[in-house]
Amino acid sequence: MSDSVAGRVPAPAVRHPTWWDRLRINRNWLGFWFMAPAAAILILFLAFPLGKGVWLSFTDAKIGRAGSFIGLENYEWLGLPWWRDSDGVFWLSVFNTLVYTIVASIVKFAVGLYLAILLNQNLPFKAAIRSIVLIPFVVPTVLSAIAFWWIFDSQFSIISWSLRHLGIIDYNINFLGDPNNARASLIFANIWRGVPFIAITLLAGLQTVSPSLYEAATLDGASKWQNFRFVTFPLLTPIIAVVMTFSVLFTFTDFQLIWAMTRGGPVNSTHLMATLSYQRAILAGNLGEGAAIATAMVPFLLFAIMVSWFGLQSRKWQQGGEDS
Amino acid sequence: MASVEIRDVRKAFGSTQVIHGVNIEIEDGEFVILVGPSGCGKSTLLRMIAGLENISGGEVRIGDRVVNDVPPKERDIAMVFQNYALYPHMTVADNMAFSMKLRNAPKPEIEQRVSKAAGILGLEKLLDRYPRQLSGGQRQRVAMGRAIVRDPQVFLFDEPLSNLDAKLRVQMRTEIKELHQRLKTTTVYVTHDQIEAMTMADKIVVMHDGIVEQMGAPLELYDRPANLFVAGFIGSPSMNFVKGKIRAGAQPSFEADTGGVYPLNTAPAGSDGMPVVYGIRPEHFQLADNGLSAEVVVVEPTGSETQVVAKIGTQELVCIFRERITAKPGETIRIAPDPNLVHVFDAQSGARIS
Repeated sequence: MSDSVAGRVPAPAVRHPTWWDRLRINRNWLGFWFMAPAAAILILFLAFPLGKGVWLSFTDAKIGRAGSFIGLENYEWLGLPWWRDSDGVFWLSVFNTLVYTIVASIVKFAVGLYLAILLNQNLPFKAAIRSIVLIPFVVPTVLSAIAFWWIFDSQFSIISWSLRHLGIIDYNINFLGDPNNARASLIFANIWRGVPFIAITLLAGLQTVSPSLYEAATLDGASKWQNFRFVTFPLLTPIIAVVMTFSVLFTFTDFQLIWAMTRGGPVNSTHLMATLSYQRAILAGNLGEGAAIATAMVPFLLFAIMVSWFGLQSRKWQQGGEDS
Repeated sequence: MASVEIRDVRKAFGSTQVIHGVNIEIEDGEFVILVGPSGCGKSTLLRMIAGLENISGGEVRIGDRVVNDVPPKERDIAMVFQNYALYPHMTVADNMAFSMKLRNAPKPEIEQRVSKAAGILGLEKLLDRYPRQLSGGQRQRVAMGRAIVRDPQVFLFDEPLSNLDAKLRVQMRTEIKELHQRLKTTTVYVTHDQIEAMTMADKIVVMHDGIVEQMGAPLELYDRPANLFVAGFIGSPSMNFVKGKIRAGAQPSFEADTGGVYPLNTAPAGSDGMPVVYGIRPEHFQLADNGLSAEVVVVEPTGSETQVVAKIGTQELVCIFRERITAKPGETIRIAPDPNLVHVFDAQSGARIS
């Protein structure tokens, strides 16, 4: 562009802003001012308790006693799995948490995606079915946990009852009394609760895909499966990354369902890190030790967040240009 | 390449019939434009040719094959969508190669065809970009590239220029026409813009309410519209219509209900007193001292021509003159319709009389 100003109407002189003006109206500062209240709330109610929790894990605080700094002693008690004197229950809870999170998340994703695709079709009573799908998500966790508690009850289980009357089994299944059965039952209950969130979110994602893309792909010769493989799935990956991050975090830190159904039993086989931490800190009163267990969850959660962070970083095709 | 034949094609969505028996013959290599107001069924007809909509009745042939029950991918057609429908997660090259990849075409062939299409459309430098990084015109070109790569029997365009700004639209119009002259692929093009239809088509099909109103070469439609609808739809600004009666005799004329007597060259026998609609295009008025006196309402100079809205009696008429008009609103000018270029339509049926 040329610097020529010939023929232009001259602009009037402008008063230069003072530093005070800048603080008030500069876009960057303005952004800071608008952000400040939210930041203050986050620091007060999120960062502070988190810091306090981590600090507690370095003390020998008990309920009713302030405790003093003992360094990493609480963590030394937990130990590492190959140490002879490591805390076996703690490492069992780590194992349980990983199994619980991985199995439940994978199944929830598969079932959720399947349901979302199903609900995206032109079904009769579509609206009604969509709301029904949401029910497990709407029911309070404790309520559904109690329902599952009954469903899995050793004497009155409806599943055992039905199977017995169908002549498939002779004895009631010991759902919550056997370690592996208990784990499977809890994972099932968690899946039941978690699927709607994933299904509805993915459904929302599916509905943002323009139908003309499917038409174009169909004309290009794509079969139904190829439509899904080359159009639907790639376009859904950003939302899958978000929803699965949330799902993994919520599952990993699950507490209510376990506590209402098994309280970590039988023989600690369903203790997750969250329930064990609560048991040690609040019920047993060893705040420092409980805090150490809770803090030990942080690396796992950070890892999950990092995975999704790098997976989430907007893909190349999402960048640049205005929206079409 | 192939011809396309549409025979008595009907379409109903549930109990509402939207296309009531349409017959169109499209010759091999022809550029045919379906034009009409929105809701006239032109897009539906195009989608039926593509196979995206079922055909409720009648027959569609591509080449000498009836395609009513042939799935879209086997019809050997390519379509350019209004919103381009580019795959956002694929680069320009991948977008263009997608159909061939699905067919498991050998890699060198894919590359060769993509680079050829890119060459035709000037997309060579954009092959690694994603659709979001392109401007509207570039996306439009990629959409066409995707069609060219397939080397189909028929190109289908569904309002491809509607999402572009006015200037780019004119440019792309020329490009599409050039492309057709070069590839000579049979093309069916849907638009609601009659200027696009006039400038690009070999043959225009004017549709309205699910039927074909008229079919023919652009200037044929312009010069001899078959009915009031086509007369009003083709041409911009549109034709002036004046209601009135024919006065036959040695020197026939037209007497407007709104006042004024307009010139006529001929009147059909026994048409004296017949109620008709007198149609005259804005550009067929001349300034003449012996013309009808008209009161100027609005003057709109565009530089190359001047558009004047003038009133004869109570009838407002749009006139376009090559000369510059200095008249002010309220003043009187004398204008004369060219009697050789006047259209007369039956007031009742709307059909052309002369």
